[in-house]
Amino acid sequence: SPEEQTPGPGWLSEEVKTGTTIIAVEFNGGVVLGSDSRVSAGETVVNRVMNKLSPLHDKIYCALSGSAADAQTIAEMVNYQLDVHSTEIGEDPQVRSAATLVKNISYKYKEELSAHLIVAGWDRRDGGQVFATLNGLLTRQPFAVGGSGSFYVYGFVDAEYHKGMSKEESQQFVINTLSLAMSRDGSSGGVAYIVTIDEHGAEEKVILGNDLPSFFDQ
Amino acid sequence: MALSNVLQTPAAGFNFDNTARNEALKGLFEGAQAPKPLKTGTTIAGVVFKDGVVLGADTRATSSEVVADKMCAKIHYIAPNIYCCGAGTAADTEKTTELLSSNLTIFSLNSGRNPRIIMAVNILQDMLYRYHGQIGANLILGGVDCTGNHLYSVGPYGSVNQVPYLAMGSGDLAALGILEDGFKPDLELERAKELVRGAIHAGIMSDLGSGNNIDICVITRQGVDYIRPYQESEYKENRKMKYKYRPGTTPVLTEKVVPLKLEVVQESVQRMDTA
Repeated sequence: SPEEQTPGPGWLSEEVKTGTTIIAVEFNGGVVLGSDSRVSAGETVVNRVMNKLSPLHDKIYCALSGSAADAQTIAEMVNYQLDVHSTEIGEDPQVRSAATLVKNISYKYKEELSAHLIVAGWDRRDGGQVFATLNGLLTRQPFAVGGSGSFYVYGFVDAEYHKGMSKEESQQFVINTLSLAMSRDGSSGGVAYIVTIDEHGAEEKVILGNDLPSFFDQ
Repeated sequence: MALSNVLQTPAAGFNFDNTARNEALKGLFEGAQAPKPLKTGTTIAGVVFKDGVVLGADTRATSSEVVADKMCAKIHYIAPNIYCCGAGTAADTEKTTELLSSNLTIFSLNSGRNPRIIMAVNILQDMLYRYHGQIGANLILGGVDCTGNHLYSVGPYGSVNQVPYLAMGSGDLAALGILEDGFKPDLELERAKELVRGAIHAGIMSDLGSGNNIDICVITRQGVDYIRPYQESEYKENRKMKYKYRPGTTPVLTEKVVPLKLEVVQESVQRMDTA
């Protein structure tokens, strides 16, 4: 049956979604994660500066997309579980462990939840890793894109990605992808947040709108 | 895990029993529309300034097209250092904030300290997420604690935003225009109050669901200044004459007295000891 349209502004009846572009790329020695900053409820932008890159541990981050409430809650739950886990094993957790925890929640509650998290980080054992957890699968990939804006840039990432990129090249790759997606997807926009994680730690950066690279735009 | 507050966290995992129940209840109405909850079309706003947080709200509560309450209080007390503006379903915002406030009071009594805003936000987020949007509360939480001045918004599905300035309610877009234009980090108190007043005023002017007076609440380390009303509506009219009528204004045409025949069926006397 069709959704009944309640009169009034969208935020009263629409769920808050992070219509989004998120991306994570692995390079030799670490990973780079990137996201836009737009949170929408229907046609209204509820938050134009939201950082969708959420820390799960010192050197493991996840990128949020889909329903804002679901994604934030999953990230908080996994943050707590990872904390307990790393205390139990007495050292920093593996990226695979974090991704597995996210996958467990996403798979078990896949009918009720509507969020996709990309998990990426660095650990001593396997270096930089990127995991996609869409719909409850767990797969390690050299790079992963997600969110409503990702559909516009699949061609770009497939064409531009190559193995053996340096840290700076990976950062530029992420920034370019975000910029292209944000300019085509109505649900993505605002500023770009990127996080670079390597053995020394995680470095967060914001790139304001007018500092993003511009492409053909007539 | 021992909890420092009284809120009973239910069994682990997600519990969507109530959504199933609501769907089942819809069937009871036999095709007619389920009754709609009362929503207060509203403008609420908050701004973080140099010494604390300023919250503002209009005072109109509507029931469809009729103004049900011209002086409704939308800025709710949570703790001595935390106040909360509520938009959405009136009963939900009222009860949710009361529940939060009583929980934090017990926490304060147990721990001997004022609660932190992040604790209030976490409790709210937990509760609203658990009810999966069925509680229609859009809340702006503001306060000052040992970690600084904070302003958070919590949506009905349990999403949280932390930003230096916020507006919510049906008048939010109008208010946000004023805030986007006038906000700067580290404003002085008078500038911040004027900015919030201007934002609520824009909401009142541009939105039919908002109106009447403007309430302002200033929270700083030193204390709270709840100014109600901060600004009265310029459209308030004074009653022109007295509406009391003297007895005899309406003439009595006929009078009929019907005595009620009552029988005493049982009588019992109980002595009260008043010594």
